[in-house]
Amino acid sequence: MRILVVEDDKDVAGFVVKGLREAGHTVEHADNGRDGLFLAASENFDAIILDRMLPGGIDGLRLLETLRAQDNVTPVVFLSALSQVDDRVKGLKAGGDDYLTKPFAFAELLARVEALTRRGKTDGPTTRLAVGDLEIDLLSRGVRRAGQKIDLQPREFRLLEYLMRHAGQVVTRTMLLEGVWDYHFDPQTNVIDVHVSRLRQKIDKPFDLPLLHTVRNAGYMLRAEDV
Amino acid sequence: MKASRTAPATTVLVQRPPKKRAKPLIRSAGIRLALVYATVFGLSAFALAFSLWYSTVGLLQRQVEVAIRNDGAALQDHFAVGGIQSLILAIQGRLQDNIDNDAIYMLVDPLNNRIAGNLIAWPPGLTGASDEYQLTVNRSTGSSVAMLVDYHLQGGYQLVVGRDVRAFTELRHLLQAGLLWAMGIMSVLGIVGAFVIRSLFRRMIRDISATTRAISRGDLTRRVPKTGDGDEFDELAGIINDMLDRITKLMDGVREVSNSIAHDLRTPITRARTRLEDAALHASSPDDLKSAIERATDDLDGIVAVFQALLRIAEIEAGARRSAFAPFDVAPLLSDIDEFYHAVAEERGITLVTDIAGPLPLLGDRELIQQAVANLLDNALKFSPVNTSISLTAMLHNDSIELSIADQGPGISEADRDRATERFFRAESARHTNGSGLGLALVAAVASLHTGTLRLRDNHPGLRAILTLPAQLGDAVEWGRFK
Repeated sequence: MRILVVEDDKDVAGFVVKGLREAGHTVEHADNGRDGLFLAASENFDAIILDRMLPGGIDGLRLLETLRAQDNVTPVVFLSALSQVDDRVKGLKAGGDDYLTKPFAFAELLARVEALTRRGKTDGPTTRLAVGDLEIDLLSRGVRRAGQKIDLQPREFRLLEYLMRHAGQVVTRTMLLEGVWDYHFDPQTNVIDVHVSRLRQKIDKPFDLPLLHTVRNAGYMLRAEDV
Repeated sequence: MKASRTAPATTVLVQRPPKKRAKPLIRSAGIRLALVYATVFGLSAFALAFSLWYSTVGLLQRQVEVAIRNDGAALQDHFAVGGIQSLILAIQGRLQDNIDNDAIYMLVDPLNNRIAGNLIAWPPGLTGASDEYQLTVNRSTGSSVAMLVDYHLQGGYQLVVGRDVRAFTELRHLLQAGLLWAMGIMSVLGIVGAFVIRSLFRRMIRDISATTRAISRGDLTRRVPKTGDGDEFDELAGIINDMLDRITKLMDGVREVSNSIAHDLRTPITRARTRLEDAALHASSPDDLKSAIERATDDLDGIVAVFQALLRIAEIEAGARRSAFAPFDVAPLLSDIDEFYHAVAEERGITLVTDIAGPLPLLGDRELIQQAVANLLDNALKFSPVNTSISLTAMLHNDSIELSIADQGPGISEADRDRATERFFRAESARHTNGSGLGLALVAAVASLHTGTLRLRDNHPGLRAILTLPAQLGDAVEWGRFK
């Protein structure tokens, strides 16, 4: 994937660029708003990682608003030290697709960027999702694995649906919290782990090949092959 | 300030402290008040003097006038009935009876010769243009002021009837002078009074200004002394003292929080630092190094979480989120959270008993309510021993939503319960557990943002946290009131 990083802090930018390249992406970097806007508007990217406070007269919000005004729909992840609820709302209102506050874990950033780019591709009228021999029907809310019917609670179904929509990608606990439950706080207990392990009991336990994998220090991944 | 004085003369731009100039007197509230008061007082005194004048001098004058006219009419009757002789007799008779020596008569023939009367000569101002005069006349006793009425009789005779009004003129002058004096004294008293009132004013606000000045210099322990009179200034002193108490409390809070931050963050920062340094010095394999770095990163993540929580509490307490308030039903939100935590409770061998009596309409911030309830449940789960139960109940009670979360854990001792909602406070029994000591502080902040309360009670055993929020029972129009 081709990713643009607009970030003025040298260390953070260097770290992000290196990490993204290691993950197999092509990365362009701009260290101010003006260059960032120029690059974003003139070239094609699969995703943009955007800081809010930037030198060069154009801050992140302005940059994104200008971009969206030109009908550019490239997915944008804000990466900002502005962490208040209002800041997040502002970022999303300006057209941001996700908002991550600094300091951040690189795994979280990577997972979110990859999730966004995938979302752009599969946002069609899908009614069926399948990973390996596991398939779900979004209309009838039915789940089958190897032809065998699996009963899920509504919330378990939504958890599975989210994981399947991001099959092959790392999904962090925060992403699940926000994507499945729409919660924007950090529970002190391992709630997400418990829910995932219950889902695993139902979809993986009776079968030979595990589909739901735990990715150390990052989150979970649903995929047919071994990680 | 010192720097500006010792600065070389070339630095013209250095701002000098403004010279303390004598304030114009009119800028003094006391003087202004006194002047206004003196003006009002002067005007009313003037009104009083005027009415006094009118009712004494004016009345006297009118009485004299009536007496002269009656006298004149009677003499005219004498002339009409008995002719000139009768008139002369009548005048002479009256002059003899004139005990007060204030009556004046003068009768002249057509050639202006005096026939009768007590005037030496025809008064010079009596020209015949009018019929009533107030003139200086020459009498045998000397010159005097008199009110005269001139009558033209048949046959060219002319009669003047009058009264000596010297005494009454003197009275008038006396009154005039008296009033002028009074005015003078009044203005002097007004000016003196202005200064007296000013100094009174100053004395009354002296305590307040001394206290506030001391406070602005940094001495927050000072309070405005109350005189005990129960007057307006006492009331003001009370209000100011209340405000100062509040400020002191806030300052103490800030100080406590800064201390806590310093203390509570120093520990994990030290741990992270030690781990990294230790790894740099002693790690023998890349794996050791990696694990040390990972653990230090975890420590830093913990520090970040504390910061986030602190910022969030500050954000809530600032009240900025109130603009995002919207009406919603709390019941489904609680059901969701119940479902969210149910699995964890089961996993830990704890029963989560829920009793939600919806609908529970609230005007508020959905995310914050979620977080508050989640914090309370997190706490309950953290302190609940195996094989106990946690109850989550919610219902409408007297126009408010009462949300109660009770566990059967160790609870919080009565002494600690009041402090449990303070930032970083951790009860003795919680020292060994994980946590930042910010959970309940956040819940309390959320409660007060929604003009609700968080109460902590003994659950015999355990802790019962009761979150009371005002229910939104009115129609949609009324929602505006809470914004």
